[in-house]
Amino acid sequence: MGKYILKRFLMMLVTIFIIATLTFFLMHAVPGSPLESDRNTNETVQANLERFYKLDQPLHIQYLSYMQSIVTFDFGPSIKDPNRTVNELLARGFPISFELGMITILVAVVSGIILGTMAALRHNKMIDYAAMAFAVIGISIPNFVLATVLIQQLAVNWNLFPPATWTSPMHMVLPVLALATGPMAIIARLTRSSMLEVLTQDYIKMARAKGIKPMRIVLRHALRNALMPVVTIMGTLLAGILTGTFVIEKIFAIPGMGKYFVDSINNRDYPVIMGTTVFYSAFLIFMLFLVDIVYGILDPRIKLHKKEGDV
Amino acid sequence: MTQVRDEWFRPSGNDTDEKEAVVRPSLSYWKDAWRRLKQNKLAMLGLIFLALLAVMAIFGPIFSPHSVTTQDLPNQNQSPSATHWFGTDEAGRDVFTRTWYGARISLFVGLMAALIDFVIGIVYGGIAGYKGGKIDAVMMRIIEILYGLPYLLVVILLLVVMGPSLWTIILALTITGWVGMARIVRGQVLQVKNYEFVTASKSFGAKTPRIIRKNLIPNSMGPIIVQMTLTVPSAIFAEAFLSFLGLGIQAPFASWGVMANDALPVIITGDWWRLFFPALFISLTMFAFNVLGDGLQDALDPKMRK
Amino acid sequence: MTGKQIAEELARTRLEDGADLDAVDHTGKRGKIVQAKKRKTVTDERILSVQDLHVTFNTYGGTVQAVRGVNFDLYKGETLAIVGESGCGKSVTSNAIMGLIQQPPGKIKSKGVHFKTQDLTKLSKKEMRKIQGVDISMIFQDPMTALNPTLTIGEQLTEGVKQHKNLSKAEAKERAIDMLKLVGIPNPDERLKQYPHQFSGGMRQRIVIAIALICEPELLIADEPTTALDVTIQAQILELFEEIQAKTGVSIILITHDLGVVAKIADRIAVMYAGKVIETGDKREIFYNPQHPYTKGLLTSVPRLDLAGGELKPIDGTPPDLFAPPSGCAFAARCPFSMDVCTNVYPEVTTLSETHKVDCWLQDPRAQKLIDEQAFAR
Repeated sequence: MGKYILKRFLMMLVTIFIIATLTFFLMHAVPGSPLESDRNTNETVQANLERFYKLDQPLHIQYLSYMQSIVTFDFGPSIKDPNRTVNELLARGFPISFELGMITILVAVVSGIILGTMAALRHNKMIDYAAMAFAVIGISIPNFVLATVLIQQLAVNWNLFPPATWTSPMHMVLPVLALATGPMAIIARLTRSSMLEVLTQDYIKMARAKGIKPMRIVLRHALRNALMPVVTIMGTLLAGILTGTFVIEKIFAIPGMGKYFVDSINNRDYPVIMGTTVFYSAFLIFMLFLVDIVYGILDPRIKLHKKEGDV
Repeated sequence: MTQVRDEWFRPSGNDTDEKEAVVRPSLSYWKDAWRRLKQNKLAMLGLIFLALLAVMAIFGPIFSPHSVTTQDLPNQNQSPSATHWFGTDEAGRDVFTRTWYGARISLFVGLMAALIDFVIGIVYGGIAGYKGGKIDAVMMRIIEILYGLPYLLVVILLLVVMGPSLWTIILALTITGWVGMARIVRGQVLQVKNYEFVTASKSFGAKTPRIIRKNLIPNSMGPIIVQMTLTVPSAIFAEAFLSFLGLGIQAPFASWGVMANDALPVIITGDWWRLFFPALFISLTMFAFNVLGDGLQDALDPKMRK
Repeated sequence: MTGKQIAEELARTRLEDGADLDAVDHTGKRGKIVQAKKRKTVTDERILSVQDLHVTFNTYGGTVQAVRGVNFDLYKGETLAIVGESGCGKSVTSNAIMGLIQQPPGKIKSKGVHFKTQDLTKLSKKEMRKIQGVDISMIFQDPMTALNPTLTIGEQLTEGVKQHKNLSKAEAKERAIDMLKLVGIPNPDERLKQYPHQFSGGMRQRIVIAIALICEPELLIADEPTTALDVTIQAQILELFEEIQAKTGVSIILITHDLGVVAKIADRIAVMYAGKVIETGDKREIFYNPQHPYTKGLLTSVPRLDLAGGELKPIDGTPPDLFAPPSGCAFAARCPFSMDVCTNVYPEVTTLSETHKVDCWLQDPRAQKLIDEQAFAR
């Protein structure tokens, strides 16, 4: 197990390194200097930035100093808002985005697993059909469409929830709902199909032959095995939710990192784009690493698998 | 109890040839898959919708009396009417015409992304799976790293640098998008390579093209086709998503995503049709591709043959 | 198992039993059989009685009649082998007894499946759970899939005994260690904490057997328990069965298509074809005096060294379609001795001895004439 974690951890560092390097060279591929923006830039800022990024130095020196800034977690000042550094933006926006993302993933995972399990246990019954109809629709409606429909109906027409911002639990309902429905539908479908598969396995039949109570068969014997595939797609889902926050925060005017990120894209505020991308990538890759470890804990065979090679 | 008569006690003379007769007429793989797909009503519904959508995407803008780009400011934000079936937008452009035009762009982005993923995935995954050994190990390590990169962040980064246009969007979507396909192709090739019936047909002296045609394709095309069907909606979704970040197709042309994004500011004021139609078609298209993909998955699985 | 092993096994039994089997003539009338001396005790206490069991499954393609009227009894301490080719309904029969048929799509009809005094088909799921794993246990074919990969074998061993017998954790553990010792697994204390993938195939089957036996059942149903194992391991597992039966007096229903396994440990044999038991008899009756052409075909399709000629004869043709089984004998279409009557009417049971019964028209005196006249081509 320890060796497995170490290997995954090294993989994680390599991936973060690659994304950081990619970001650096892509930004330098922008015609002209990435910092030569005609918008909102005054000369002092320009000079500050050039000094910070050592733009007068050769490329490899710039690259090294950039890497150093990443290791020391210092992404420099924003162009748009010269009085703020990227770090300050992250410190202000990220906790809100993190909260939104975590509540969303929690809602999606819990309700998706319950829905999928119920559908599998009532295979070919009403609950199954209803859950799967809901799942296909949930997968098909993009989160930004759902968000606007929710605002239009539940906030504007029915006045049940506030339409925007992130100040109380009531404010969280609509954004979380908009963001969680898609992943929840995916989890529900996957849980259902893998649960159906697991329920036909010999070890489930054997548990039945042992006269084990149905509740215990589902919870102790089936669920853990059925959740393996769900864990493997958690990384992808997390990435989807994280990027989804960009749009959801924009629509609901939530002052999270996503909002700053979208603004920075529209303003071509390169330091913020670079800093946020690297930060978010590192965060995501770290989450993938955690998912891998959870998988290793769930599946006692993992060490064996790795020995047998990547299948 | 039936009366058992004495004359029934005579040998009936079993014919050995008859016993060996094949009961079921053999259908070709594709015919059989098509037969099973046809039984799946939801998948067929999706297929018919997509066919109609394709027809409208090609001919819709031609038949419409309104132009896609001509602005008609006095008629801005009109609700749906006899002249403007889907209403007009803030520049007085006909939403009906723009919806079909948007279908063109969205479908084109989706199909191109799927096609490019397919080509790269087949080549990369095919080589890795076929060669095996060290080459495979190195190629898979590269894939593992690419897989770890956050897909949409990379796409955003690329588009910020290259500037959004139809082709840069397609390029950005496929630059890491092929990884999933390559993994599937490799897995399929490895699996089929090890099947005993492939070894068997090799030992009967079957040539490589025949093995590819008779063994590899029927046994591996299923997951690949399904993956392609699912790539299209995810590319359409990604393009719409990018539009919301201001990285979509630029005006005056419009994809569904751009139309929906432009409609956001007016949704509160009640101009629902601006968002409704593009959003409806994004959702319907994704729905159609998803149910078609599910149907194909069942229909193309050789193990499902009955 | 090879034919050689079967031959040796039969030779061994013959020596031990001292029965003179060659005295049996081949026209179907039996000579006297010397009752075998048993190394274990088979009592005449009837533990299971299956009467006219029917199992059907509704599928998209129609209704499959998997089991079509099966009858048999089982006595305490006895091993009954149910033999037949794949798809003949032997596994479905055992699943039906065990209460493992999902209804729907399955449907069970019978005149009673009595375990001692209880009719198993009349029990609720909850009542059935008090019998499953406690009074009747089951062993599955493939030990690689029968154990849950994510639970320690300790948990899989003890969960049944904890639930059914209300044992404490420590008591259950003690019991589990005893069971592992019984099935011959070294270091049981440490092994309990391990997962199935840390055991070899033969070890896993031993664990499966330990799980099946931990509540001290009176009936053990073993569905192809050695098919997935290496030949050398097969022999060990079979010996384990014999040992356990001698120790605990458990009755065993052995589902198999492997006649070598049958020859080794069965007392009685029921031959199934297309959802019916077509012939039953004790081991020597079936091996030395088979009456049904299908049983004969089964025996001649196994390599045998002790029989002259030594020619292997496969049974021509394929089993019938159980979506629409024939009204007469299902084997008629493949049978070299088939008569017009066979395809029309199912034969009634002919009782040849207390144990030997067969469903075949050839037992009818009118058919006997044809045999004497050598009217059959082969």
